[in-house]
Amino acid sequence: MRRYIEFYLASMRVSMLQQFQYRVANYFYMIGMIAEPVIYLVVWSTIANQQGGIVGGYTPGAFAAYYIVWTLVRNMNIVFTPYGWEWRIREGNLSMELMRPMHPIHNDIAYFSGWKVVVIVLWLPLAAFLTWIFKPTFDITWMEGVVFFLAIWGAYLIRTMLLSLLGMITFWTTRVSAIFELYFGLELILSGRLVPMTLMPQWVQSLSNYLPFKWTFFFPIETLVGTMSTQELWAGIGMQVLWITIGASFLSLVWRAAIKQFSAVGG
Amino acid sequence: MNPFKLAWNYFRIGMMNELQYRVNFFIQLLQTGVALATGLIGLALVFDQVDNLAGWTRPELLAVMGVHILMGGVIRSAIQPNMERLMNDVLNGTLDFALTKPADAQALVSVREFRFWQLTDVLVGLVVIGVAVTQLQRGMEAMQVVAFIAALMMGAIMLYCVWLMVTSIAFWVIRVSEIVNLFEGLYAAGRWPVGVYPDWLRTGLTFLVPVAFAVTVPAEAMTNRLTSETMLFALGLTLLFLVLARVVWLFGLKSYSGASA
Repeated sequence: MRRYIEFYLASMRVSMLQQFQYRVANYFYMIGMIAEPVIYLVVWSTIANQQGGIVGGYTPGAFAAYYIVWTLVRNMNIVFTPYGWEWRIREGNLSMELMRPMHPIHNDIAYFSGWKVVVIVLWLPLAAFLTWIFKPTFDITWMEGVVFFLAIWGAYLIRTMLLSLLGMITFWTTRVSAIFELYFGLELILSGRLVPMTLMPQWVQSLSNYLPFKWTFFFPIETLVGTMSTQELWAGIGMQVLWITIGASFLSLVWRAAIKQFSAVGG
Repeated sequence: MNPFKLAWNYFRIGMMNELQYRVNFFIQLLQTGVALATGLIGLALVFDQVDNLAGWTRPELLAVMGVHILMGGVIRSAIQPNMERLMNDVLNGTLDFALTKPADAQALVSVREFRFWQLTDVLVGLVVIGVAVTQLQRGMEAMQVVAFIAALMMGAIMLYCVWLMVTSIAFWVIRVSEIVNLFEGLYAAGRWPVGVYPDWLRTGLTFLVPVAFAVTVPAEAMTNRLTSETMLFALGLTLLFLVLARVVWLFGLKSYSGASA
């Protein structure tokens, strides 16, 4: 256990130092990503105003809050991409990682967690700017703040598990981009990334309860923006833990089968 | 050498190259299908709540979406691949190979690549536009069709100019791939008519990244909103962008020092 903790801390430190060096590049990337929520925000604020100031329980101020928190949650949702797994498997770089006395997923998780710290720091001025322009309405209790902090890391872990599983399909077939795109399309609709889930038809909302997507996006945002009871907040964290466990179990199961398939040389 | 002949030859080579990989067509079709489906779902969600968005009805917004998909296909098949290659050439010093050829360098770097399968988006965009026109139930007059095509062409030229100017920044700062990411984000704003955006954003989408002219104006031509003033303004701006892009390109080229090629 101790060697894992040491490895995680060291790896996070390295990635923090590395990514701080590329802060300008990181910033351009983050600014590029802001276009998407701003578009949704403008469209839905317009609709709310046309409807007399509220739609689906959201006022323009509430939409602003939703999509500003969205930007941080989106960044927390960025993990080692399935395209990275594809590259890793196709080019044989995985061979090198298999030499390490540790599952390669640990390195992914640790490296990206360190990066997240940089992202959160860089996000703060961006959030301040968006708050100044779009004037969100927030009403945050300290309990919501604590749950939010846990939930964004829970989201990060769930998505790491899911996208690693997705990327590992490359062990069996090399034509994966179509599968990836299909997955991202589903995720966009069912996670709350496009619109708050409450604006979706009832059956979509029910469906999303049984899928992991909502717990990586809608739930973390709602902890801060919505009005959930203490019980609901902690039940949500419970769902996240459940999905992390399911993801991790599948990952180790698939990994055992996958590694027998792997035959690349070099790297 | 005649730049049009040059472009045609490269187009043919690009096409023949890509036609070898036919399965890619289906992958492209699936990707476009996913994008189209999410776009339609977005529209459906909006019109669940209202019957018009800032004065645009559902079929009219469908037309905007069609133009956006079509123009996206033009960018990804003809503009972006060339500009990405140019960036890499500047980075690696291999632009020498283009500069030493006996053709105008700007024309050459603008036509070297062509991604044939990305034209799937152009096709799907046209289908969406067709459906929108049918739903509009007032058809299009000949003049409208002419204005629509002219607006599309001017929009494509302006987008090309902006891409070339942004890419030319590579002559000074070398790493510009993040700027490309920014551009893609802003292009996504064209999914909705620029009229819905707040003033500061609309100005940016009109003059910095001319999404307004590339997507909204052609859609306006289809939906009877276009005035001749807008058309003239677009023409003037297109010419201005062409001159500006040429100047920035020539100026940037002076800073190119080659590297190792």
